[in-house]
Amino acid sequence: MTDENGDHDPTPLRRPGEGVPPKPEGEKPSVAADVAALAGGLKTTLSEFFKPVVTTMYPEEKTPRSERYRGRHYLRRYDNGLERCIGCELCAAACPVGCILVIAAENTDEKRVSPGERYAKTYEINMLRCIFCGYCEEACPVQAIVLGPEYELSDTSREKFIYTKEKLLEPLPPDVETRLKAKKKVEAP
Amino acid sequence: MTDFYNNAVGHWVVVTVAIAALLFTVLTATAYTVWFERVALGRIQRRPGPNRVGPFGLMQLAADGVKLAFKESFIPAKTDKVLYVIAPTIAVAAAFLSWAVIPIGLWYNVQYWIADLNIGVLLIFAFSSLNVYAILLGGYSSNNKYSLLGGLRSAAQLISYEIALGLSLVPTFMIVGSLRLRDIVDFTVHWGPYTGPIPLVLLTPVGFVIYLIAAVAETNRAPFDLPEAEQELIGGFLTEYSGLKFVMYYLAEYVNMITVSALAALLFFGGWYLWFVPPVFAFVLKVIFFLFLYIWLRGTLPRLRYDMLMRLGWKVLMPLAIANIIITGIVLVAVQG
Repeated sequence: MTDENGDHDPTPLRRPGEGVPPKPEGEKPSVAADVAALAGGLKTTLSEFFKPVVTTMYPEEKTPRSERYRGRHYLRRYDNGLERCIGCELCAAACPVGCILVIAAENTDEKRVSPGERYAKTYEINMLRCIFCGYCEEACPVQAIVLGPEYELSDTSREKFIYTKEKLLEPLPPDVETRLKAKKKVEAP
Repeated sequence: MTDFYNNAVGHWVVVTVAIAALLFTVLTATAYTVWFERVALGRIQRRPGPNRVGPFGLMQLAADGVKLAFKESFIPAKTDKVLYVIAPTIAVAAAFLSWAVIPIGLWYNVQYWIADLNIGVLLIFAFSSLNVYAILLGGYSSNNKYSLLGGLRSAAQLISYEIALGLSLVPTFMIVGSLRLRDIVDFTVHWGPYTGPIPLVLLTPVGFVIYLIAAVAETNRAPFDLPEAEQELIGGFLTEYSGLKFVMYYLAEYVNMITVSALAALLFFGGWYLWFVPPVFAFVLKVIFFLFLYIWLRGTLPRLRYDMLMRLGWKVLMPLAIANIIITGIVLVAVQG
């Protein structure tokens, strides 16, 4: 019997009663030993009683999240204010649950939204469907969509879970933005 | 005041007010016992317990009470409706009736009681036996196999441990010579220079240990909570109960817990006498100590298997209690001549 780590399991499976070691001679059931065991248990729980509580008081106090935590999505902008998204729909194609809707439109010289040929006229994410896998972030060629650190997304109606472009374009927390910029440079041409 | 009390109407007014005051006190104490249990059990498991509603979570029970009171009063189909409703009522009534004979020391030579019966302890046993009907009828009328099994287990358990519980107190009655709780607390010894009340546990330590174990079993508390047994019987007799009817069972369990704690304090630890501590504080402190003991046991010990429970009750506690009575009798005769 070995498990996946290659460690030997010393207790193989057996039928009830089979291979149970016989009680050593001379070891009789003793009331004193039982009472001592009982007292030992009570002592353990009492000592736990006086130790500090380990609970994180959640709404006031939060556990730290990993740098790569995948929470709600953000659409990023370049430093000059142009949207990064070029409306290529690769995120929608990569999405396993199909929760992203992108409708692209052509940029013109009068109305330039993104540096590329096209931009996302509509960009919607259905957060009720999203499984937070982060494939959209991986698929994006211009680092436009990223998953931020927020995870408290509850709301009062289903409609409010369709995140529109305005909501997604809210600025990222500055520390995340700095980290993303340090990681990979895809800047405005 | 005496004239007013001796008047037939005045007497009933005084008694009714006294009962209302006691009912309020016991209900409030029950609510805070539940809070105390949840906090203490939490601390044993290194979590804080309820701490959201009010300061230190002290209003948690008010919130729980409102929630349970506003739940639908649901009666499942094919139940015996009359018994189904009566059973929790019996539990609550029996639990509160015990408090009629329990005296509370308010101050030096001032005690509070509803009925100062000379058979006080006997009456408490009579009422606590009614609890069997509450659980058995609840289990039977629910028309659910888990409820029925819980009810049957409970009937066997309560009957078995009632014997040990009753017998464990007989030495106390033999020493004191009275069943009146006030007399037992006021029992005075003349030991050399010391004349005064003593904790009777010094004279009947074995009786106290048997009482402690049997009382836990009588109130269906862990590790003797076989009638409920969430894991095996999905709540036993409580399975089909919800809303206010569930509250009644819950309330009864905690009132019983306070009752046996108060009894332990009165019968074995000198009631309201404790060194220089004022009587009412002494009494409350002792009750809280025993309540903590209950919670501590619940946080420590796993539930007994059914055969272990029966073996402990019939083969250990009952013979021990009988031997205790016989030996106490012999010693009493030898000492008193």
